[in-house]
Amino acid sequence: METYYKPEDLPKFSKMSEGSPELWKKFSDWYGAVFQAGALSEREKALIALAVAHAVQCPYCIDAYTQESLSKGADLEQMTEAVHVASAIRGGASMVHGVQMKNVNSKLTM
Amino acid sequence: MEVRHKSMKAFGESLANANEQLKIINNESNLPHFDEKYELVGEGELHASNIEIMQVNVGKMCNQVCKHCHVDAGPDRKEIMTKETMQICIDILKQTDIPTVDLTGGAPELNPNFKWFVDEIKKLDRHVIVRSNLTILKESGFQDLPKFMANHKCEIVSSLPFYKKTFTDKQRGDGVFDKSISAIKNLNELGFGKEGSGLILNFVYNPVGAFLPPSQEGLENDYKRELFNTHGVVFNNLYTITNMPISRFLDYLVQSGNYESYMQKLVDSFNPSAATNVMCKFTISVGWDGQLFDCDFNQMLEMNMDHGAPDHIKDFDMKKIENRRIVTAQHCYGCTAGAGSSCGGATA
Ligand code: SF4
Ligand code: SF4
Repeated sequence: METYYKPEDLPKFSKMSEGSPELWKKFSDWYGAVFQAGALSEREKALIALAVAHAVQCPYCIDAYTQESLSKGADLEQMTEAVHVASAIRGGASMVHGVQMKNVNSKLTM
Repeated sequence: MEVRHKSMKAFGESLANANEQLKIINNESNLPHFDEKYELVGEGELHASNIEIMQVNVGKMCNQVCKHCHVDAGPDRKEIMTKETMQICIDILKQTDIPTVDLTGGAPELNPNFKWFVDEIKKLDRHVIVRSNLTILKESGFQDLPKFMANHKCEIVSSLPFYKKTFTDKQRGDGVFDKSISAIKNLNELGFGKEGSGLILNFVYNPVGAFLPPSQEGLENDYKRELFNTHGVVFNNLYTITNMPISRFLDYLVQSGNYESYMQKLVDSFNPSAATNVMCKFTISVGWDGQLFDCDFNQMLEMNMDHGAPDHIKDFDMKKIENRRIVTAQHCYGCTAGAGSSCGGATA
């Protein structure tokens, strides 16, 4: 295997049904329902998905949800802000754990 | 992609030629032919029914040179409908009860007989749609047109590919968004787009790239909110339109390496309920020189009405036009993908 991630693998996603069609059906019905317009619009949901895709650093999802965000009416500005939100939470999550570091530090030092 | 200042035709580019475009779109051997796919609709071959709209392309000249333009319009295009050809259209309207005339181009306002034509159509009490690019209404010599269109109760349909400057100017040229907003303000002042005024102003969204349009309703809400909050302007409806893989958009698809995946996307998104309402079923399209087509896209591909229907308005015969078989090619997938696409927006 020369690389783990290949673009041509993305359309094979539905092959995950092989082995457990019932679970796949439940997953895909739920997945489809999640992205339908509700209290949040389809565009807002696509942008959240794009941000999460960056947080979990999934190349498949980044590709898919960049396309999806565009086709749900988002533009580069909105997508870039979504990536900043993901990055801020990732960075913030590291930073806020500094509190743990400080707790340990104050316990151990005079 | 560079901003264009002239049409592809002016530069002698090969895709300015309809045959070269057809060679590309009909040569995709691993995609099913549109006619085969259309059979899924369950109505047999694609045929027209009652004619509700006469769409007249009054010329290919335009003050803009948008990157995606399916007409390959621009300031250099000289094809303009004559008054004589317009008169034949009027005569046809007199003989028939076609309720709506949809004027397109290029910028239809650039035809020197635009006002005369609208006047004559209105005398016959038909509804007139003007596909105005908005910026032309700010050019000197054209600033009286909003008033003229208000007096004649024309419905205005205008491209505004996004509610922000970036995407709009990318597709339509630098400064187009600001100029469009200024024209919309003038139109709003006259009542266009305002509820209860009876003056309709609709916008058209089309994707600024190789992707399909979002849901019409959701995007209309975004447009209404953003355009009102940011610019204080209002409009009636938003139509979402899919970019057809022809002319300058085809050129973009090929140059950007998106052609194959875009066609695949259109085919994969084929929607039978969008396909039952394709606009060629109730539209006839008249070219600047009087030739007849099933739609404006076929017009640009030089695919005239056929299968026993006349190919020029001088031979107009409603009996042969209603129920005619439509001339199709692979670009037709652009009308049937997702929620569908027509000059009046989504069809499903
Ligand atoms: S305004 Fe319309 S006709 Fe003119 S170049 Fe743009 S898309 Fe083409
Ligand atoms: S491209 Fe024209 S002929 Fe083909 S489906 Fe669309 S409207 Fe009909």
